[in-house]
Amino acid sequence: MTTAPALSEHSLGPVAQIPEGEGRLFECQGRLLAVFHLRGGDVRATQPRCPHRGGPLADGIVAGTTLVCPLHARRFDLLTGDLVAGDLATGDCVITTYPARLTGDGEIMVVLDPGGRAAAVQG
Amino acid sequence: MVVGNGMAGARTVEEILQRGGGALFDVTMFGDEPYGNYNRILLSNVLAGSEDTKEIFLNPLAWYTENQIKLHSGSRVTEIDRWAKKVFAEDGTVVAYDKLIVATGSRSYFPPIEGLMTADGYRKAGVFGFRTIDDCNEIASYAEGHRRVAVVGGGLLGLEAARGMLNRGLEVHVVHQSPYLMNQQLDPQGAAVLKGTIEKLGLHVHLETATVGVLGEDEVSGLAFADGTTLDCDMVIVACGIRPNSELAARGGLTVERAIVVDDQMRSVDDPDIYAVGECAQHRGQVYGLVAPLWEQAKVLADHVTAGNVDAAYRGSKLATKLKVMGVELAVMGVKAPEHDDDEFLQFSEPRRGVYKTIVVRDGKLIGAALLGDLDKVSFLTQAFDRGTPLPPERLSLMFDLGTPSARVGVEELADDAQACNCNGVSKGAIAACVAAGTRTVKGVMDATRAGTGCGACKELVGQIVDWASDGGAEEDPSAHYYVPGVPLAKPELIDAVRAMRLTSVSSVFEALAGGVEDAGSKVGLASLLKMLWGAEYTDERDARFINDRVHANIQNDGTFSVVPQIPGGVTTSQQLRAIADAADKYQVPMLKITGGQRIDLLGVRKEDLPHMWKDLDMPSGHAYGKSFRTCKTCVGSEFCRYGLGDSTTLGIRIEKRFQGIESPGKLKLAVAGCPRNCSEAMIKDVGAVAVEGDRWEIYVGGAGGSHVRKGDILAVVDTHDEVVLLTGRFMQYYRENARYLERTYGFVERVGIDRIRAVVVDDADGIADRLDAAMQASVDAYVDPWQEGQRPATTNQFESVIAASP
Repeated sequence: MTTAPALSEHSLGPVAQIPEGEGRLFECQGRLLAVFHLRGGDVRATQPRCPHRGGPLADGIVAGTTLVCPLHARRFDLLTGDLVAGDLATGDCVITTYPARLTGDGEIMVVLDPGGRAAAVQG
Repeated sequence: MVVGNGMAGARTVEEILQRGGGALFDVTMFGDEPYGNYNRILLSNVLAGSEDTKEIFLNPLAWYTENQIKLHSGSRVTEIDRWAKKVFAEDGTVVAYDKLIVATGSRSYFPPIEGLMTADGYRKAGVFGFRTIDDCNEIASYAEGHRRVAVVGGGLLGLEAARGMLNRGLEVHVVHQSPYLMNQQLDPQGAAVLKGTIEKLGLHVHLETATVGVLGEDEVSGLAFADGTTLDCDMVIVACGIRPNSELAARGGLTVERAIVVDDQMRSVDDPDIYAVGECAQHRGQVYGLVAPLWEQAKVLADHVTAGNVDAAYRGSKLATKLKVMGVELAVMGVKAPEHDDDEFLQFSEPRRGVYKTIVVRDGKLIGAALLGDLDKVSFLTQAFDRGTPLPPERLSLMFDLGTPSARVGVEELADDAQACNCNGVSKGAIAACVAAGTRTVKGVMDATRAGTGCGACKELVGQIVDWASDGGAEEDPSAHYYVPGVPLAKPELIDAVRAMRLTSVSSVFEALAGGVEDAGSKVGLASLLKMLWGAEYTDERDARFINDRVHANIQNDGTFSVVPQIPGGVTTSQQLRAIADAADKYQVPMLKITGGQRIDLLGVRKEDLPHMWKDLDMPSGHAYGKSFRTCKTCVGSEFCRYGLGDSTTLGIRIEKRFQGIESPGKLKLAVAGCPRNCSEAMIKDVGAVAVEGDRWEIYVGGAGGSHVRKGDILAVVDTHDEVVLLTGRFMQYYRENARYLERTYGFVERVGIDRIRAVVVDDADGIADRLDAAMQASVDAYVDPWQEGQRPATTNQFESVIAASP
């Protein structure tokens, strides 16, 4: 993992701002992001609200690759933004995810590339 | 050619046109009323003034021209010459026919009562029938100047007329010859219930009263009865039934008994080119006066006359009708009473509510039923009656919904678009489609459709639909027995493993028992279980908590939170109210609401305001957000209430202060009632105590008044507050240890059975009472008011709504 920020990357500050296993809402460059600090150390970033009924995703529960919206429990894949397989029948519901990583000294970096889907970026 | 432009005649023509009859026949219709055709059933509404005559017309005159139907309205047919195949009308019209349909209907029957008619054969002024639009209009205009009306006849028609008159503000007397009302449809007990109901509406009912004379010289002044008494009235409506208009057919040489005798194709038995339909037809000895049979007859007739289906046959109708008599709903079908020794007969009467039900079962089939005042089961019964479908062995469920209502009705007769899951709006059809697409497990269907994932009250129904949709081939999903989906163990095995391996945190459970794979859907359930098992030794990982339990408030649909301070037993003080009012002002709370649980809810609070508001309130958490003990409602009880038998507020406050915030598989809502009037609804709570005479307390468990409604079962009757508190705690601990996650007490009590629960909790059959009490005491002792975290946050940025990126 490289620590050199790419041009379009932005820092959200130290990962210690988010307790392990939880999410917090961040504002960066005028944009709101739900950012998650997974157990094991990875970070993930998504759009702030659930497309279903506007649930605040940063208040959701995360584990492994899954994010659960706190309002009506829609489940999303944290990397692709797609609904998890079992929820597909609930309709076309996709969230935007942003590539996110930790630097060596524990700083959260995100790429705010519009429309950028994170699937290919995360290692 | 159709003689008769009523409901039967017009419906038959419609059916014929639908089958392409327009190309086969030139249709001519005669009607002696000078109107198009109208819905006679709604005449009672016209009489009552609730509908205008214009509103009850079925086919406008344009319908006749559009369909090239020649209508002779106001023209009475006087003769049928079936050898010449012609009909002759009063006005001189002569029309030839190939096929003739007689749909002359019926007319009011005027019994031979002295004084009903004037000497020259007309009805006396103030005497009316109740059959046509003209009747209604005449009655309505006559009613204007008169105040007291007698309706002769207490059948359906008479009561409808009475309702109309009552609506028009007249004093109404119903005079009925038989000993009970609606004797065609009801048995004496049912009729008595109906009588009670309609008398409350202000109607005067005279039973076993035979009218022998109408008093008054030129106009009505009263009625004379067989027993010599009289009744003053200035208006009389005769509703003594109807008589088929079959004279025309009889004069034409057709066989007429009670009405025109027809075969299974609705043809006169004398002439294959003449059909009869509706109230003027007699089929297999039956003359029907209701619309449903008429519709069936019209279909068969149309099939046959258009040769679309020459084998179409009418085999008679099973009479099942739904009526509304004076606003009282009534459904009757089949026989009124048992006829054979081994007929089963169920009877239920609740006159105070105007409810009466009977059911007659023969050889396992429904052969008769009457429902008065409560028609909840009518669709099921009608179906069972029509199709002879098998009945549930517990016959009582034919009359009432027992337990989960929608489930017991049987999924088969649910309509496809019937909503099975009300939280997520999932229909039976959607569930069936999901099964058809290959998902055969209940859990798979729930995941895919979200049915049953809201409040969960419909899970049983969803399971039944899946079973039905897969023809009983629903596959057992092993994970259905797991306590949480991500750890492959049922609750007892999971508890054993957790204890044996001393797993005190959620992450350690995933590590040890789930191959290190975390599952988002399992965290909250595991956290609840571990907290219950370990109490103070529990290793609290905040990420395993639902947001409500991270910030100790209930998340709302806009991402704000609701704050409910603890007000034990619902007994508050002016000081608390002042603090709440001040907080509401200071934080500009958009809604301040009294909750269903007798608490005060400050809604629309931003996350970052929560700690400050708690500090200002200086009240503990009311726990209106977790899967935990919520509240204990109380009524005023013996302190002030003049009916109070027990001190409900003191007990309720004690319960709430003791069990505050105790985690459990589902939420626990409690109540204490100071007498059996049950004002605090203790009988439908997870645990409820009700004071009864003799200074005793009944303890109810497993009640529910949410998406599922259930009266609790009595666990025990005890003498003291101490015993109530002890058994409440012991029951709750037993539930905490044995219920599935999110299984409410109503489901738990039904699943385990109240007898078993009583044996363990009250009689200590398993010898675990002391352990249960100790475990509950440990949980009580480990309690800390979570709102104290407002001043000492447990996690970083616990109450921050938004964190600004720090570049």
